[in-house]
Amino acid sequence: MAEKEKAEKVVISGADAIACAVKLCRPKVLPMYPITPSTLVPERLSEFVFNGEMKAEMIHVESEHSAASALYGAYATGVRGFTATASQGLALMHEILPIISASRFPAVMAVANRTLSGPLNIWNDHSDAVSERDQGWIQLYCESAQEAFDTTIMAYKIAETERVSLPVMVCIDGFALSHVYEPVQIEGQSKVDAFLPPYKPHNFLDTSDPKTFGAVAFPNSFFEFHEAEEMAMQEALKVIPKVNEEFGKAFGRKYGDGLVELVEMKNAEYALIGMGTLVGTSRVVVEEMRKQGEKVGLIKLKCLRPFPKDEILQACKKLKGLAVIDRHASLGYEGALTIDLKAALKDEKVKVEGFVAGLGGRDIDVKRLRAAVETIMKGEKGYWLK
Amino acid sequence: MKQIVILGRGGQGAVTSSQVLAVAAFENGKHSQAFPNFGVERMGAPVKSYCRIDEKPINLRSHVYEADYAIILDQTLAECFDEKVKDGGLIIVNSNRLPKEIPISSKAKIVCVDITKIALGIIGKPFVNIIALGAFSALTKEISLQALEKAVQKQIGSKGSIAEKNIAALKKVYEASK
Repeated sequence: MAEKEKAEKVVISGADAIACAVKLCRPKVLPMYPITPSTLVPERLSEFVFNGEMKAEMIHVESEHSAASALYGAYATGVRGFTATASQGLALMHEILPIISASRFPAVMAVANRTLSGPLNIWNDHSDAVSERDQGWIQLYCESAQEAFDTTIMAYKIAETERVSLPVMVCIDGFALSHVYEPVQIEGQSKVDAFLPPYKPHNFLDTSDPKTFGAVAFPNSFFEFHEAEEMAMQEALKVIPKVNEEFGKAFGRKYGDGLVELVEMKNAEYALIGMGTLVGTSRVVVEEMRKQGEKVGLIKLKCLRPFPKDEILQACKKLKGLAVIDRHASLGYEGALTIDLKAALKDEKVKVEGFVAGLGGRDIDVKRLRAAVETIMKGEKGYWLK
Repeated sequence: MKQIVILGRGGQGAVTSSQVLAVAAFENGKHSQAFPNFGVERMGAPVKSYCRIDEKPINLRSHVYEADYAIILDQTLAECFDEKVKDGGLIIVNSNRLPKEIPISSKAKIVCVDITKIALGIIGKPFVNIIALGAFSALTKEISLQALEKAVQKQIGSKGSIAEKNIAALKKVYEASK
């Protein structure tokens, strides 16, 4: 089938949007575990491969552990790859995730955020990805199907920038975005090719420049590997805004500065901050409260790792109160985002309160988010927004 | 913004129905959003799906708590109907009964259309999910019949007898609902 040169706007799901973006990014290897808790992403990609619309090797592996391992293998040979998973599937990949990042492979993976079972639950929250926060993967969260499409393309460019060379997780809320149908602008192949040139690996098994992968790093070198990754994460804080700008120029859409997006923050006294689809509903809350004369703003956190501390500090300088909405709970303490924000803002006058919300698919609606804002306006403590 | 809730039984296609509605709204130049009320769906169990239609981009991403319109694909679901529909809103029930015989207490208007009968007559099978949107189009005027036809072709293919029969039945339901 001929490549689609023409851009078109279609009504598709968040998962479809990612699959369409992946196709345009031309990965060569797609290791997938084709069963629950996977998503429509591998299903669509497998159709594209079957139809001949996509030239890639789809490997139906026997588990997500193998999917991540095969993704590692693909990058070790120097080709672009992709995989997708969710929930328990991501948990099963846990062991391989830091091996991919420490090998500095610029892999891209889509995660349809779903909770981790216990008790059994298949619905949305951020427990799966947030639990993998410390494994050296850049984590980008999306609010809409369009953003999922755009972020997937940007993810390859960010990951493959040589001074970054780290894997990227593109996170979309399971069901709350993965299964939501809405209009998405699908870009043409040549435009995407111009933005994302063919993959030029810097780090792979090359007979003309032999390297060892998977070797032991003794205590005298292991530390330096992680130090190098940390430096790459700090580089990513500069590269992500740059890629976001370039994307904006090429396609006419960008997402704040690529790390955070500020909504009505200029004269805000109180603000909400969160990730993923709850940001959309928060926009409605801010609009509503602004109309009533309340100086309320919103910070959309698109990038959880690396953590854009400077951007957040800047945005929160004049705030009196910040309501952090965590779609995750670090049992025994607070939500991951709340912990990060309290640390980042420790020297500021803003009072930070954490609200755990939406666990296991519980809806996050206008009423709940508004209650969080009203709580900080009264100077009261955060709580579980059941 | 208009919010629509579609109730059906697992296998009846309520989710597809909301998707077709979203595509039709898009064809009409509007912004739209369709999503299932995420369940572990089982054949025959009650299934709920939502659709939002607006002139401007839709930011709201919560469930629908107060719908403008409801479409009930199976009249037995009227007995356990607990959706909030706005006063002056509309509830379309696939039923051969009269509105006053539908056990729903709501200030929204109830309209009954025997969609199953039309489906059996034209499609030969009780496929009501897509053609029920003909009633929605005729009664609410939120989307045009032409946009619906286009949406059906996009979602279930432009060729083949199933698409043709669905479109023929869609038109019949539209006419019967006017």
